Amino acid sequence: MTKTLYDKLWESHVVRDNGDGTCLLYIDRHLVHEVTSPQAFEGLRLAGRKPWRVDANLATPDHNVPTTDRDQGISDPVARLQVETLEKNCQDFKITEFTMDDIRQGIVHVISPEQGATLPGMTLVCGDSHTSTHGALGALAFGIGTSEVEHVLATQCLVQKKSKSMLIKVEGETPEAVTGKDIILAIIEKIGTAGGTGYAIEFAGKAIRDLSIEGRMTLCNMAIEAGARAGMVAVDDKTIDYVKGRPYAPSGELWDKAVADWKNLVSDSDANFDKVIELDVEKMQPMVTWGTSPEMVTGIEGVVPAANSFADEVKQDGVTAALEYMGLKENTPITAIELDKVFIGSCTNSRIEDLRAAAQVAKGRKVADNIKLAMVVPGSGLVKQQAEMEELDKIFIDAGFEWREPGCSMCLAMNADKLEAGERCASTSNRNFEGRQGQGGRTHLVSPAMAAAAAIEGHFVDVRKMTNTVQD
Amino acid sequence: MEKLNTVEGIVAPMDRPNVDTDAIIPKQFLKSIKRSGFGPNLFDEWRYLDHGEPGMDNSTRPVNPDFVLNQPRYQGANILVARENFGCGSSREHAPWALLDYGFKVIIAPSFADIFFNNCFKNGILPIILSAEEVDTLFTEIEKTEGYQLKVDLPSQTISKPNGDVIRFEVDAFRKHCLINGLDDIGMTLEHVDDIKAYEKRRHQEAPWLFNQE
Repeated sequence: MTKTLYDKLWESHVVRDNGDGTCLLYIDRHLVHEVTSPQAFEGLRLAGRKPWRVDANLATPDHNVPTTDRDQGISDPVARLQVETLEKNCQDFKITEFTMDDIRQGIVHVISPEQGATLPGMTLVCGDSHTSTHGALGALAFGIGTSEVEHVLATQCLVQKKSKSMLIKVEGETPEAVTGKDIILAIIEKIGTAGGTGYAIEFAGKAIRDLSIEGRMTLCNMAIEAGARAGMVAVDDKTIDYVKGRPYAPSGELWDKAVADWKNLVSDSDANFDKVIELDVEKMQPMVTWGTSPEMVTGIEGVVPAANSFADEVKQDGVTAALEYMGLKENTPITAIELDKVFIGSCTNSRIEDLRAAAQVAKGRKVADNIKLAMVVPGSGLVKQQAEMEELDKIFIDAGFEWREPGCSMCLAMNADKLEAGERCASTSNRNFEGRQGQGGRTHLVSPAMAAAAAIEGHFVDVRKMTNTVQD
Repeated sequence: MEKLNTVEGIVAPMDRPNVDTDAIIPKQFLKSIKRSGFGPNLFDEWRYLDHGEPGMDNSTRPVNPDFVLNQPRYQGANILVARENFGCGSSREHAPWALLDYGFKVIIAPSFADIFFNNCFKNGILPIILSAEEVDTLFTEIEKTEGYQLKVDLPSQTISKPNGDVIRFEVDAFRKHCLINGLDDIGMTLEHVDDIKAYEKRRHQEAPWLFNQE
């Protein structure tokens, strides 16, 4: 029988079939952060339980950590207690944690692949919906709630029902300035934020194969914004090259054995999917969201749509409410939208490739006067170090960007980095929900190059047509 | 987890699609290391006129009179009727904790986001999927009748309306069993310790690089 990549990943992790439509699924890697874990550790203690397999866990604080003045600790006492609680829990249960002063600290979804702690063929979970990111390496990775965090800690397993399978094929030659971010936003525009609900998505086709592993991570990261708990890409030579030599990756004889196994992590050529969606990358352009849901998105050459251009009545109401919240009028060209802040960072777009793309646009230019704050938040201490070696930090600082310490930062604004009511932000993050970046804040999702271009011009601009010339 | 058998009570409408978990419980309240006490901050940004922070006395904050849950007719509601893709976004289990702490035991919608749907069952909340037409009818009936109530019976998988109509709903057999009996998932999984150990032993042979990953 032919199998999809998802079938293969699922079947190799079934501990037992419970006979009621659910299976006990083994989890190879569990990532832990400060926000969704304290109640799980408390549950373990109350039940007198211990982690089943300590070495399968890797922890780091990311959501709450400050991105400035790290040496002064966390000033918010509530946030500090949460980060300290993670530290205490990791010490008590002997779980490896990259603490705030460790160069390896960063956003869980950036540090795990960076360390080789995410490997092809793994099942990987974390109490965070963007865990789908790790599927880029041919792993089955999905977000869980705190009860399931406790369940994985205690049993190394989860009770799961197998999802349906969806294949999203993106074919064609990728146009200039169209990135993994633009591809996933175009997919969400097509299938909607609930389009992937109940499915595990495999992304395939030439445009996906042409993406770097980092681009594939951006793509899989936002599978959840299409409603799918898991997104994945088949293993190819890029995957194997990416993993090789990383601290947690196997080496020597074990490496050869692993690689031989990983080469099977592709869907059989005639595998059957429950649903197949096809897109042509050649018709895509850099994307910008205009509303309060990632499906409210259009190309940079587009306009803010009118509510009555949507057929469905519930959708029309949603668009009307979104435009009111966003302070936008229908038919406004996207390029006419002026901004207050720019955020380059998050588990979607804070890897070295993202920072290089933004820096390339910012180089020799200046942030526009109307931009109150343009900030770059690397995804990890190691990304930051690499960027500084390449002197990207200098490019950003010279252009008027702030260069910050790693963490989730203004993607969800749990720390001090947030929008004020009414402020409009070009953001490389993943959610443009009401209040996501601060109460009353208005978020437009874009790629790193598009965010940098918007910072320079003060409004959205097609990064391929920038008129602001590079200064010597 | 508390057992859930039948739920009868006032129904509140949440008439917008894609209600995300950021709206259900805003991020500033996720700094808590506890599982309880989120109810007063459920839908905080819609419910109050000021900006909420943890530790505030919520009883003295200005409420938004236009927000549906602040209307007198929906006070004491324990059933929520919502639109498509309810609970999308962040995996935060604080969302079902807040809904439960507020008093909601049943949520009815045409569709739910997967992680939220799953999190509900882990906390003694029953999420029910009905067709968009059935949900639409409920919205109309709630609007028309002040004090509109439903009776949800999990064992028979039925919802009884005030006019005597009965709607049948589907629920996964295992999840139904757990809800009715208030069962702890972890305890049940640990009944299969031998299976987990046997899997690990076999897997260690097949894929040794997945073990001793420190």
